Amino acid sequence: MLQIFVNTNYDFVGKRRWFYLASLGAVIISIVSIVVHGGLDYGIDFTGGTLIQVRYEKPVTVNHVRRGLDRIQLGTAVIQQFGDPQEYLVRLPQSERKSDELTKAVQGALSSTGDGGVEIRRVEFVGPQVGRDLQLQALYAVLAGMAGILVYVAIRFDYRGGVVSVLALAHDVMVTLGALSISGREISLPVLAALLTIVGYSINDTIVVFDRIRETRGRGTRRGPGLAGLINAAINQTLSRTLLTSFTTFLSAFVLFLFGGEVLRDFAFALVIGVVTGTYSSVAAAAMILDWENWSRGKARAGGKVPAKA
Amino acid sequence: MRQRLGLRIAIVAVVILGSLAYLYPPPFLRTWLYGNVAPSKRAGLLPPTINLGLDLQGGIHLVLGVDLDKAIGSQTERAVSSVRGALDKKGIAVTRVQRRGTTDIEVQLASPQSWSAAQTAVSELGNFEVKEPDQAAGRFILAMRAREVSTLKDLSVRQALETIRNRVDQFGVAEPSIQQQGENRILVQLPGVQEPERAKALIGKTALLEFKLVDERADPERAARENVVPEADELLIQRRVDKQTREERRIPYVVGKKAVLTGADLSTARVSIDQNTGEPYVSVEFNPAGARVFSELTEANVGKRLAIVLDGNVHSAPVIRERIPSGQAQITGGFTAEEATDLAIVLRAGALPAPVQVLEERTVGPSLGVDSIQKGVWSTIAAAGAVVAFMIIFYRLSGVIADLALGLNLLILLAAMAGFHATLTLPGIAGIVLTIGMAVDTNILIFERIREELRAGKTVRAAIDAGFARAFRTVVDTHVTVLVSAAILYEFGTGPVKGFAVSLAIGILASLFTAVFFTRLIFDLLYMGPRRVETISI
Repeated sequence: MLQIFVNTNYDFVGKRRWFYLASLGAVIISIVSIVVHGGLDYGIDFTGGTLIQVRYEKPVTVNHVRRGLDRIQLGTAVIQQFGDPQEYLVRLPQSERKSDELTKAVQGALSSTGDGGVEIRRVEFVGPQVGRDLQLQALYAVLAGMAGILVYVAIRFDYRGGVVSVLALAHDVMVTLGALSISGREISLPVLAALLTIVGYSINDTIVVFDRIRETRGRGTRRGPGLAGLINAAINQTLSRTLLTSFTTFLSAFVLFLFGGEVLRDFAFALVIGVVTGTYSSVAAAAMILDWENWSRGKARAGGKVPAKA
Repeated sequence: MRQRLGLRIAIVAVVILGSLAYLYPPPFLRTWLYGNVAPSKRAGLLPPTINLGLDLQGGIHLVLGVDLDKAIGSQTERAVSSVRGALDKKGIAVTRVQRRGTTDIEVQLASPQSWSAAQTAVSELGNFEVKEPDQAAGRFILAMRAREVSTLKDLSVRQALETIRNRVDQFGVAEPSIQQQGENRILVQLPGVQEPERAKALIGKTALLEFKLVDERADPERAARENVVPEADELLIQRRVDKQTREERRIPYVVGKKAVLTGADLSTARVSIDQNTGEPYVSVEFNPAGARVFSELTEANVGKRLAIVLDGNVHSAPVIRERIPSGQAQITGGFTAEEATDLAIVLRAGALPAPVQVLEERTVGPSLGVDSIQKGVWSTIAAAGAVVAFMIIFYRLSGVIADLALGLNLLILLAAMAGFHATLTLPGIAGIVLTIGMAVDTNILIFERIREELRAGKTVRAAIDAGFARAFRTVVDTHVTVLVSAAILYEFGTGPVKGFAVSLAIGILASLFTAVFFTRLIFDLLYMGPRRVETISI
C-alpha cells in the first residue's frame, strides 16, 4: 500500500507562530510588489481599450511589429509576443476611434512591412463604461464569494471557524494577486474566475480539518492533550488527504498551465498558485482557532475578575 | 445501502445510457431530445451535440449601447413642429419655439396676452406638460412626461433590436443570438462569421436615409470656409475616395435642414448593375405615399439637385431633370458590390431609431478557435491521464474504480451540457480539466477514511461502511463551497466565464453521483457479496 504521512505527529500548532510569520511575510511581499508596480495590472476587460492578436506568416521580432505600428500613430501600444514568435498581442489604450477602424489600420500597418500576410486572430474591444462596470462587479463577486463561504462555514461549524476561514481565503487571494504582480501578469476576467474558484476550493482543506476537530471533540477525547493537542492531531490525521486532494487538482491546473495555450496561461497560473497557498493556509487557519480560543478565554477570565472584586 | 443492488445497477445503467443518448442521439430520439434543431455538421474532437462558444468556433460578440438621449431628442425635435402647428391653428403668434436639452421645448409667445389661449392649445399635446411657466414674460417650457420618456426608451431599444435582427437575418448568419441586456444595451452574438468587419459595419450603421434639396443659392465652398449657412439650411459633406490614388476628397453641400423624404418612405431596395459602367448601385422604390411626395417634389424642383444623405454623409446629389412619377430612385456613389449589397440590406431592414455605439467587442477568428479546441482537448486528455495514473499507483484496484467514476463523471458532464444546451467555451474546457482534479478528491477523502478505519483494526466491510458514511459529511461540505463560488461566477460573469461556471458546477454535482453513489455500488459488488472478504486493494 502506497501511503504518505501516515501516523505523523508534526507539531504544527506549537510552531504556528512560524506559519503566521511566513504568511505575513508572503502578504507583505505581495503588497510591496503591487505597490511597486503601481497597483495591479488590470487587463482591458477592466480598463477598457483594444487588444488585437495577430499572426504573421513568418516569425518576426517585437521590434519589427513596433516598426509596423509606428506608421500609424495610435498612442502607446503595448506589443507582446504570444506563444511562438509568429504570434503577437497588440494592446491599445482607450481611443476615440472605432474598433473596426483600429483593426483595419493595424492590419494594414502590419502587413505593409513586407513579411507576407498578417492574420487578425482575435479582437477584443472594451469601452470605458463596460470596463468600469466590470471592475465594480469583480470586486462584488470576490466579496460575495467570501461572504457566502463565511456564512456557510459559520452555519456548519461556528462563527469562529467562518472568520478564520475567510482570513485564510483573503490570505490566499492576496498571495495569488502578489504572485500575479511579481510575474507581471494581468488581471483579466478569466483570472478573476480563477480567484473565485480558489475561494471556493481552498476552503475545502480547511473544512476537512475542521470536520475532524469537531468529530474528535464530539467523541469526548477532551482529557489529556487539551485543545492544542486535539487540533494538532486533527491536522496530522488529515494531512495525507489534504495533500492528496490538493495534489490532483494541482496536477490538473499545472497541465492546463503547460498545455492549455496562451489564452488560458494566466488563468492556470493563478489556479496553480491558489491551490498551493490554499493547502498551506488551511493548516495555519486550523492552528489559529487555538489562539482565538485562548484569547477569548483569557478575556473571559479577565472580565470575570472585575465583578468579583467589586 | 447493501440492499437493492438491482435498483442501483439499474439507475447507473439508465444514467449511462441517457448520457450517451444525449451526446450521440440515435435518429429516432433526436427530435424528442432536441426538438427540431438541425444537427450540427461539425466534425472533430467533440461530439456535435455540444454547443461551442464564440471563442471556440470563431465569431463576433458585440455589446451595443443604444443612444437613448438621441432617440428622445429627435422625438422632441419632431414635437417642435406639432407645437408650432397647434399654436398656429389657434392664431397665437410666437417668437420662438425650440428644443432645449433632450426632453424640453422652449416656447416664447409674441405677447403675454395670448397666455391662456396658448395654455389651452398646448394642453392638448398629451405627452408634454408645462414647466416653469412665466406668464409675465409669456414664456414656458414644455417637458416630455416621464411616462412618455420611459415608453419611448423602451420602444427605441425594442425597435433597434428588431432592426438589427432583420439585418442579421438578411446577412445570413447561422444561429445568431440578439438580446436586450440591461436598460439600453443589446448583445449580439454571431458564431462562425467569416467577415467580422463587414458584419460589424452592417449592424452598427444607423442607416438613416434622407433626401434633402440642395440650396442652389448658397455657395458651399464659402459656407465650408466660414462655417455659416442660411437659417433653414445645413452644411453636409460628401466623401469621395479616388479609386486610383486612394485619396479622399471632401465636397461640401448646403442643403435644406428638413428631409423631404426618408428611408421610412421606402418600400424596397435592391442592388442593380449599371449597364454602361458595370458599377453596382442601389435602386430604391418608394411606397405609394412616398411616391406621391417624390412625384410632386421632382415636378416642383426641376433643374435643382436632390442630395441623398445616409447618416449625415452625402452619397450623391443628382440633378432633377424631370418629374419622376414612378416612385423609383437610384443611389450611386462608387460602391463595391459588397457595399451595395449591405446598403440594400440596411435600407430594407430600416433605420435604427437612434445611433448605436459599440461598448464591447470580442471577435475570434476561426483559426484561433480551432487551435483553442485542440489545446483544450489535449489538456483534458493530459490531465485525465496524469490523474488516472496517479490514482492507480496510489490506490491500485480502488484507484481503477475511482478512474471509472471519473470517466462516468466526464460523460455526464458533457451530456448535461448538451442536454441543457449550455455553451462550451475555452474557460469551460478549463473548468472540465479542473473538474478532473476535483472529482477524484471525493474518492480520495473516502479512500483515506477507509484506510484509516482499516488501520484502526476494522474488518474490510466495516471499514468500507464507516469510510463512506464518515466521509460523506465532509464531501457535502466541500461540494457546497465550490458550488457557491460557481453560482457567483455565473451570476457575475460574461459569456466565456459563465461557461466556466457552468462546467465547474455540473462537474462538481456529477461527482456526487459518480464518486459516492457509483463507487459505492462497485465496492458493494466487489466486497459485499456472500463470500468472506479478507483483503481490499486500496
